[in-house]
Amino acid sequence: MNQQELIPHLFRTEFRKITAVLCKVFGIEHIEIAEDLASETFLSAIETWTYKGIPENPTAWIYAVAKNKTKNYITRNKIFTEKITPLIKHSPKENEEIEIDLSDKNITDSQLQMLFAICHPTISTEAQIGLALRILCGFGIDEIASAFLSKKETINKRLFRAKEKLRLEKVPIEFPGEAEINNRLEPVLRTLYLLFSEGYYSESQDTILREDLCHEAMRLTSLLLENEPTNLPNVKALFSLMCFHSSRFAARKNEQGEIILYQDQDESLWNEELVNKGIYFLHKSSQGNQLSKYHIEAGIAYWHTIKADTKEKWENILQLHNRLLQLEYSPVAALNRTYALSKANGKHEAIKEAEKLQLINNHFYFVLLGELYTGIDNTKAKQNFKAALALAKTQTDKQTIQMKIDSF
Amino acid sequence: MDEYALIMRHEDGGKIASPEQMQAWMKQTMDWIGGIAAQNKFVGGTGLPFDNAKVVWHNSVVTNGPFGEIKETIGGFITVKAESVEEAVEFAKGCPVLQGEGNSVEVRKIAKNDGGH
Repeated sequence: MNQQELIPHLFRTEFRKITAVLCKVFGIEHIEIAEDLASETFLSAIETWTYKGIPENPTAWIYAVAKNKTKNYITRNKIFTEKITPLIKHSPKENEEIEIDLSDKNITDSQLQMLFAICHPTISTEAQIGLALRILCGFGIDEIASAFLSKKETINKRLFRAKEKLRLEKVPIEFPGEAEINNRLEPVLRTLYLLFSEGYYSESQDTILREDLCHEAMRLTSLLLENEPTNLPNVKALFSLMCFHSSRFAARKNEQGEIILYQDQDESLWNEELVNKGIYFLHKSSQGNQLSKYHIEAGIAYWHTIKADTKEKWENILQLHNRLLQLEYSPVAALNRTYALSKANGKHEAIKEAEKLQLINNHFYFVLLGELYTGIDNTKAKQNFKAALALAKTQTDKQTIQMKIDSF
Repeated sequence: MDEYALIMRHEDGGKIASPEQMQAWMKQTMDWIGGIAAQNKFVGGTGLPFDNAKVVWHNSVVTNGPFGEIKETIGGFITVKAESVEEAVEFAKGCPVLQGEGNSVEVRKIAKNDGGH
């Protein structure tokens, strides 16, 4: 790898580690100092390596520079010494050197503790995802803005407010106690789930970026799996769900970036290794007495890895949706449940149920009605597709619906 | 929006159903509940199995099961959200228990903790 490739690569893998460790040293209220020191380290790398060449062990070089910069910062910054050092947990005595521990273990622990801090219940979910992307995944503001289809300023403001909130609430960077772990894990899993979904369903045209988001969500989830106290059934279920979904990544979009619907996907593009991993973790997740929505969603995703339209498949998908909706309602689950109902119990029953949903602001609702009426009452089918077209927001959705209308 | 309990009553709970019948009945019940949940109107509920059922009477007399002296038994209940008792009645009409002649679903409004009841 030459320098032009190496620095962005190291930035992606090491920035987040240094930031997490330094945040842990300084405390959540000085999150910016940690970010700045990590950024400066990479600036030094660019400057030095350009003239002197790449060192033998670039990562070790980066860590050494990060440590030095941090120590210098602590000793030289007068304000810091006066106002902040007393707040540092393991405050060093005069002349005693502060230890910056960049060992693998401390990096992993710091990242996990930061994950819990960021996913604190007082922080809005949107801000949690943004912070996780910035602090734990090392994404640039540009990338976050592109993933959310927002402006840079919007993301900056959102992150700024979230950091303020963390400061205000004095959120500690630590593992939650054993009694608390389930309560605190809940928002962490929800954020990881949403981070994954953001990548999976994002309208962003940047395929690599979207896949990165999914990989990062999976990487953070595996951190939880490798840590014994958080290696819990619902974490395994969430990981299983992510494996099943990402197994279809390559098959979901064509070269133009248009969504290929499930029934039209080329199965040979499904990633078998990820499917098997999903099955493995789904099995592991069922060894306990916990049934989370991730278990149910992973179960649904499992049945979708079987392409053949069998009665057994759709009956299982229907029953899993019935349970999912009892645990947690969402319009998407209600629509998918009704589709499964049409496959398991027939279109007539599904139409009756669909008409009751009245999700009249949702274009997918009218797409579903259009699909259900097709072949039963084509006039009504067309009417519904037209209603869907009027509500659809993205170009891709509009195209897909227009094709349905033209097919009559 | 109020909450209503839909209480499923069987005329003769002692009747033994075949495993196939039980399975078909389970599916219908799950589809019925799923349909209510898909409208975001499901609150909670449970089946009430007859195994090990006891009845406690005046003077601490305990008898086995609700069967025998009482012909009618309660098979379970669910709680739903509804704008009116009429809407709750519409939900109840879909209950598969009603396929059995003599069975019924009782619709009862749940008392709110607002001192009004």
